Amino acid sequence: MDMKARALTTLRIRTDLAVCEHCDSVHQRGRLAPGEAADCRVCGATLYRRSRLDVDAMLALTIAAAIVFVLANAAPIVTMQSGGVTTRGWLGSIVAAAWDSGVGPVAAIAAATVFLFPLAQLSLYLFVLSASKLDARPPGFAAAMHGLRYLRPWSMVEVFLIGILVSIVKMSSLAKVTPEAGLWGFGVLTILLTALGTFELRALWDAHDD
Amino acid sequence: MTEPLPIPRGAAIGLIGCHACGLVVERPPPNAHCPRCGSLLHARKPESLSRAWACLVAAFILYIPANLLPVLHSTKLFEHWSDTIMSGVVSLWTDGSYDLAIIVFTASVVVPLLKMGALALLLIQVQRGSGYLPRERTRLYRVLEFIGQWSMLDVFAVALLIALVHFGTLADAKPGTGIVAFGAVVVLTMLATMSFDPRLIWDATRPPPRRATDRLPT
Repeated sequence: MDMKARALTTLRIRTDLAVCEHCDSVHQRGRLAPGEAADCRVCGATLYRRSRLDVDAMLALTIAAAIVFVLANAAPIVTMQSGGVTTRGWLGSIVAAAWDSGVGPVAAIAAATVFLFPLAQLSLYLFVLSASKLDARPPGFAAAMHGLRYLRPWSMVEVFLIGILVSIVKMSSLAKVTPEAGLWGFGVLTILLTALGTFELRALWDAHDD
Repeated sequence: MTEPLPIPRGAAIGLIGCHACGLVVERPPPNAHCPRCGSLLHARKPESLSRAWACLVAAFILYIPANLLPVLHSTKLFEHWSDTIMSGVVSLWTDGSYDLAIIVFTASVVVPLLKMGALALLLIQVQRGSGYLPRERTRLYRVLEFIGQWSMLDVFAVALLIALVHFGTLADAKPGTGIVAFGAVVVLTMLATMSFDPRLIWDATRPPPRRATDRLPT
């Protein structure tokens, strides 16, 4: 705490500037209207954005996504009928089957990128958004923000969805495969997580500065 | 039209943007932490080139077993067969699902190969100090960042196939080691892309500006 306080007094910060993450060009910050983005004039990268969504809308989306997340994991994704036998496939059974048949890494990848990471993402979103809504910065806020930044590329619900669709078509020649509620659940979850992804998390830091 | 002023670069005028939260800090001492989010401040990603090369070389090596080893062993009645990624694409094509064959071929073969090739090109050009088309190369890097995770598609497709067959009686299917190698290739190329610092592309193109003429924007 002592160190941090000293750092605050010695380091000069420039909230009026933005430095491009892709080419290190220094730009003057300006005010943006909702839905606008400021692009780097040198390399074209997005410097900063202002989402159409505010913190309230984000919280609503996060809660909706959490409900859909439960549904998507609780309902079967597909049923397969062949020779009078019906087999259902859940995300859980996919992980279990991969584990059982000796490809542990595949089970770990599926469990992490489709279940654990999206779950962690939603929990952390809920935490940092509630904190911002209450204008508080509880302990762990910075850690949660770092967590969200690291999780983003490793949460792969959308890739999983397309992979499942490919697999369904592949199997349709062997057996009768029907999509179930879980598949729709993952479809809606993909849309909600994509919408959440348009929000610039850094805006939450800025909100605390004012 | 007025002549646009040259845009200064952070490294030249002692400004560092925090990698984590974007806060701009003026001339921080070495090993200073961001006063807002607590991350270590650095002008460039540390050890960018060696980390990126390490992951990329490992990915190149694993790409060979990922394509040569079968991803799926199946048994139906008394027939046994093994599918590699390529033979899976071929059988989709001969079954008439051209669209799917193209999707899987793109996601599993073209994208990983292009990705590794493009990243190797970016790394080599940075090391040679090339100033060729920096804007386009930075854009290429953004494309690589975006498409990285899509190569995981085949891993998920195979996993569902195993699950349905595993708990059913239709046939027997066992995953092959190829799929594990393939998953590792995707994770390693993603790590390599994250380690690469696109600012290095620009470090070679623009000589350090003279202090006197470069001023902070006011």
